[in-house]
Amino acid sequence: MTPLKERLVQLEVLRYYPDTDTEAHFQTYEVVCQEEWVVLDALNKIKADIDPTLNYRWSCHMAVCGSCGMMINGEPKLSCHAFLREYEGVIRVEPLAHFPVERDLVTAPDDFMEKLKRVKPYVIPKEIKPISEGEYKQTPAQLMKFRQYSMCINCMLCYAACPQYGLTPSFIGPAALTLAHRYNQDSRDGGRKERQEVVATHEGVWECTFVGACSEVCPAHVDPASALQQMKITSSIDWIVEHLIPGGKS
Amino acid sequence: MSRRPLVRECPPTSWYFRQPRYLRYMSREITSIFVGAYCVLLVVGLQRLSAGPAAWDGFLLALRSPASVVFQFLALVAAVYHAATWFNATQKAMPLQIGEDFVPGNIISGAHYVAWGVLSVVVLFLAGVF
Amino acid sequence: MAKSHKPVVWFPFAAGGTVIAFCIPVIVLLTFLAALGHVPAGLSYDKMHSFAVSVLGKLIIFGVVALSLWSSAHRLRCTCYDFGLRADTLAAAVLYVAAIIGSVASAVFLLRI
Repeated sequence: MTPLKERLVQLEVLRYYPDTDTEAHFQTYEVVCQEEWVVLDALNKIKADIDPTLNYRWSCHMAVCGSCGMMINGEPKLSCHAFLREYEGVIRVEPLAHFPVERDLVTAPDDFMEKLKRVKPYVIPKEIKPISEGEYKQTPAQLMKFRQYSMCINCMLCYAACPQYGLTPSFIGPAALTLAHRYNQDSRDGGRKERQEVVATHEGVWECTFVGACSEVCPAHVDPASALQQMKITSSIDWIVEHLIPGGKS
Repeated sequence: MSRRPLVRECPPTSWYFRQPRYLRYMSREITSIFVGAYCVLLVVGLQRLSAGPAAWDGFLLALRSPASVVFQFLALVAAVYHAATWFNATQKAMPLQIGEDFVPGNIISGAHYVAWGVLSVVVLFLAGVF
Repeated sequence: MAKSHKPVVWFPFAAGGTVIAFCIPVIVLLTFLAALGHVPAGLSYDKMHSFAVSVLGKLIIFGVVALSLWSSAHRLRCTCYDFGLRADTLAAAVLYVAAIIGSVASAVFLLRI
């Protein structure tokens, strides 16, 4: 087996310590890494060998848990999925854009969590039936209809990529709205009308201008931009039914 | 210890310089300036047409001014760019599921491109370009 | 939080965006040819007049102009906000009114033909 190639990597990491700092600043680290490593490995090496005060979140190291999202050279990325070989020179690492910085690379996800709850991201059954009647069945085609949108790992990269969320923080945002769409598309679900109370507001889909950045940065290929455009069309049809067709008011 | 998170604002007038994809988005949106201005030109053309043959010929002649040539060229680029971005987006806005599988997005967008090409050729033919 | 009335402005925007994509490039190409001195035969007064005098012609011209105007006005409104102009209500009012004036003017000119 050939030995791994070593490389001296320079990282410029945003630091913020809430007890003493009023502003954030960049700190540069030089750390010997293996060429095959990811940015998260480099951060772990820094924390272990150079600076134990550096704070960041991570868990699975395999692009599943969604904890380690950061801005890497200005691009929202999972740091466990950002390979060092794809970067040259100094690598700039910052906390996810558009979220308040709790400390160093750790951001406060409170706003997203609150919005996620508002869209009721769970099956609201069309009809409640007793367990004795068995499971709610679904065909493969019915599953495929929403499967893509159920792959979201709540990493919030799409929020860090979305300029409209950055400019208008009340925007419900890509991931939460896409999860609303995921449950709306589920054949077992009957909760669309409830979710529309959030989806069809100004802060819902109508804040989106289809920049499309959300879908480009999504590590799970969920395509929030597609979900939101579809919901704009269905919300518009709702509006026409409710306002222009006699007796259509729901 | 109480929380004291640092809020870093998104710069409202310069955010689009942060990522190349934002500049691509803004260039798509800016096509509306040229297309909008061109629509105003169309309204003026309708007025000239309604005013009779002499007025219409004067309108066609006025189109030949250097400023107009430059503007028409920019409007053409903007309109084509708008069309390309619009057709590329159709696969996102109107995904089509047949049976279990979704029709590949390229086919949805491609069908729009084909229809666009056919319509354009028909219009050019009817207008006597060839 | 009440449901938004945005569909009123967004639906014609989406319809207009489609019309612009399909129709405006070829129309610009025709006037661009005219601007370069190669006036297509179809742009002569007689041809244009006979097209615009028919009811179908009027409807097509009005549909293309009105929807394209509206779509551009709506997109421009969003662009103003993207450039940092926070007076959204003012921008919306000015642009939508301009689009409506343009559409009404087109209708008037078409009816005179």
